[in-house]
Amino acid sequence: MKKTLQLLTSLWSVIWGVAYAETGSGTGVGWGALNLPAGATPLSHDIHDLHMTILWICVAIGVIVYGILVYSLIHHRKSKGVEPAKFHENTKLEILWTIIPFLILIAMAIPATKVMIKVYDTDKSDMTIKVTGYQWKWRYEYLTDGLGKGIDFFSSLDAKSNEARQLGSKIDPTTVEHYLLNVDNPLVIPANKKIRILLTAADVLHAWWVPEFGWKKDAIPGFVTDGWIKVETPGIYRGQCAELCGRDHGFMPIVVVVKPEAEYKQWVAEQLSKKEANKVDLSKTLTLDELNAKGKEVYAANCAACHMPEGEGMAGTFPAIKGSKVALGPIADHVKLVLHGKAAMPAFKDQLNDLETAAVVTYQRNGFGNNKGNSVQPADIQAYK
Amino acid sequence: MSVATHDDAHAHDHHDHGPAKGFMRWVTTTNHKDIGTLYLITGLIMFFVGGAMALVIRAELFEPGLQYVDPHFFNQMTTLHALIMVFGAVMPAFAGLANWMIPMMIGAPDMALPRMNNWSFWLLPFSFVMLASTLFMDGGAAAAGWTLYPPLVLQTGNALPFTVFTVHLLGMSSIMAAINIIVTVFNMRAPGMTMMKLPLFVWTWVITAFLLIAVMPVFAGAVTMLLTDKFFGTSFFNAAGGGDPVLYQHLFWFFGHPEVYILILPSFGIISSIIPTFSRKPLFGYASMVYATGFIGFLAFIVWAHHQYTVGMPIAGELYFTYATMLIAVPTGVKVFNWLATMWRGAMTFETPMLFAIAFVVLFTMGGFTGLMMSISPADLQYHDTYFIVAHFHYVLVPGAVFALYAATYYWLPKWTGHMYDERLGQLHFWLTTISVNICFFPQHFVGLAGMPRRIPDYAVQFAEFNAMSSVGAFVFGFSQLIFAYVIYKAIQGGEKATSEVWEGAEAHGLEWHLSSPPPYHSWTEAPPKEIISDLH
Repeated sequence: MKKTLQLLTSLWSVIWGVAYAETGSGTGVGWGALNLPAGATPLSHDIHDLHMTILWICVAIGVIVYGILVYSLIHHRKSKGVEPAKFHENTKLEILWTIIPFLILIAMAIPATKVMIKVYDTDKSDMTIKVTGYQWKWRYEYLTDGLGKGIDFFSSLDAKSNEARQLGSKIDPTTVEHYLLNVDNPLVIPANKKIRILLTAADVLHAWWVPEFGWKKDAIPGFVTDGWIKVETPGIYRGQCAELCGRDHGFMPIVVVVKPEAEYKQWVAEQLSKKEANKVDLSKTLTLDELNAKGKEVYAANCAACHMPEGEGMAGTFPAIKGSKVALGPIADHVKLVLHGKAAMPAFKDQLNDLETAAVVTYQRNGFGNNKGNSVQPADIQAYK
Repeated sequence: MSVATHDDAHAHDHHDHGPAKGFMRWVTTTNHKDIGTLYLITGLIMFFVGGAMALVIRAELFEPGLQYVDPHFFNQMTTLHALIMVFGAVMPAFAGLANWMIPMMIGAPDMALPRMNNWSFWLLPFSFVMLASTLFMDGGAAAAGWTLYPPLVLQTGNALPFTVFTVHLLGMSSIMAAINIIVTVFNMRAPGMTMMKLPLFVWTWVITAFLLIAVMPVFAGAVTMLLTDKFFGTSFFNAAGGGDPVLYQHLFWFFGHPEVYILILPSFGIISSIIPTFSRKPLFGYASMVYATGFIGFLAFIVWAHHQYTVGMPIAGELYFTYATMLIAVPTGVKVFNWLATMWRGAMTFETPMLFAIAFVVLFTMGGFTGLMMSISPADLQYHDTYFIVAHFHYVLVPGAVFALYAATYYWLPKWTGHMYDERLGQLHFWLTTISVNICFFPQHFVGLAGMPRRIPDYAVQFAEFNAMSSVGAFVFGFSQLIFAYVIYKAIQGGEKATSEVWEGAEAHGLEWHLSSPPPYHSWTEAPPKEIISDLH
């Protein structure tokens, strides 16, 4: 009896936890992270409500089914001296328990259909953002005039998380703020605008998912899928890639900063002017050391995940750069490979500017003991594009 | 009379000859029991291999941060764990049970196609050695998940063709086993053993066999297309060449959904055998059980894209697959209600097979509930590819399929070996397993809903508590299975002699309980008397 009581109390605390997580909008941490977040968009509210409805229907059916089972286990045991009954069919009962579940299913299908139709309604959006999945980062391109058209950037795991997540880093993840859920350049969007998200991928499948927005969708190379969000409350929302996309699948988070419209417009203006200021000065000639120093940074951020920090690659999957035919061969082939990619190697022409491309190629030709001694200038890169 | 003399001479030549001795007995055997044993032992060994991989995964996930393995190796572990558990542990174990039990249950001397039976088993050890060897190849084993989705899987190194060839061999083996079962059941039933007299285990296996024959070629075809995309310049799944990566997913899940029923239907048959025996009552609703199994087998073919709600299908497709998938709840519900009605007003006892069968009903139903939840496509836009899904399919496969295998082993072990197993150890195994399996998988519902994606080697710190709990459960579960292996070993070595009936009143529940324990080498050399068959219920 005491055992049953303990079991009931612990069960109660779990149910209470679910209910609590529901009211607490699901941003619970630790033991409180129990349920779907109610979220921050109309779709996420609908989906959350639908989820809770089905959950409670399942709980109700569960109480009946398990109740009957437990009653039977207690009362219909041989040790109680009962004589087993002989019945083995009952047509009425069997028809009844076929039809009743069917009716319950219809009752569930109706709200599900309504919500799904809403999910697919990407019409009349205020703006469009194209999201492209790369191994292992996201690219955001703003496509709507006056609401950020021309802004185009990559978003990858922030440096602190990246350092802490290395095998044997000895850094305690709990000391890193938003461990694995923080990026260098977050997606910035205006609040209360219906935003259409177009999704595609550059290499393999990815999936874009922010739980508080209520849905996820696959990003498929060569195809475009879409969805929409309309975030009510300004704030920071976090998510992750949800489709296995290779070695660093777990390390390409999504961060969305939602700003009130005025602040958003200000941000857009800043970005556009910064973009103008950051244009690479192609007339400048850099020294080998300057290029190598810059190239080392670019390599760490873009190449090291596959080709490894010391350029040794991974036998069979990712070729080594140390001593490779490409890095020691003609410059033209080397630059072209970086720009246009080949098989599993992604094309970097959209990801790196001319300075970064020149720097990383120079670094690859001179680092890891390759010591070619030659360099590539930013001005040379255009010729290969 | 000359004919009679001839028969006598024949009998003297061939009757009661035991198996050949030594190692070659197992290599050349065409006996259904020997082959069944080989299948079962292979299943058990692969269960420990796949389990060790699961423990690598759970060790890495015990706390946030990367402690033990590189993410690429982690992905190889998740991929191989699934392939080995599905194709190496559960499927061979069910094939082993089919080999052992079907001839005994239908009153036949052996399987219909004994030489093919031998071949279909012996393909397996070589396939699994080849699959395991990919771990040591350049680039490691396949790391794109057991679904082998392109384009990612095309980044696999030398392992890709070996993985694909393994799938081909496993497919051939399964198809041969399936053909053998169908031919045996359709042609070798004893007089009086009509189709609607067949034990549910035989029925569920017949339907499973048809599913296997229908879908294994589709999987083989899909992976062959991967091979040609990688090596021969085709573009089936490459958009740049006019192909479509999602086409692979449709092909895969057209195989994959029936596949999950291949893993669960024989379990339904086992549970439908065990519950009546220990309730001392006939199975409730036999006919509706058969029809429900058939209906589930049919639905298996028309619901596949519910694994792909997030690929951007047209809304009509989403809604169709939603409705069709929800329908599965009806025949599955019928089965659960029938089991409850079988127990109702029975006189139950709780030996280990019954304990596992009851746990199956409770926990498989849990997995059924979460399955119903994720059939609702808009909600699945949240659930998809999270730990909620991981929790769901482990509930239907571990306390589902694997518990049914435990139940079956304890139920028939005395029949196979002639010795009772150690009931105290069996009960210990049951309680450790049942408690730890829930500690392992229940918290995964929570982290999944709260936002943890599946197939990640490291996670944000808010998921730490439940992941630690899950890992503890996994380790207790894993090591508890050593008890299971020991119980089997002990029963083979000796123990209390089992009667031919083994369980009180079992004779009324199946022909196998009318043979001695252990049964003769060529099960029913003479058809069982018709009265026995007509008395079965």
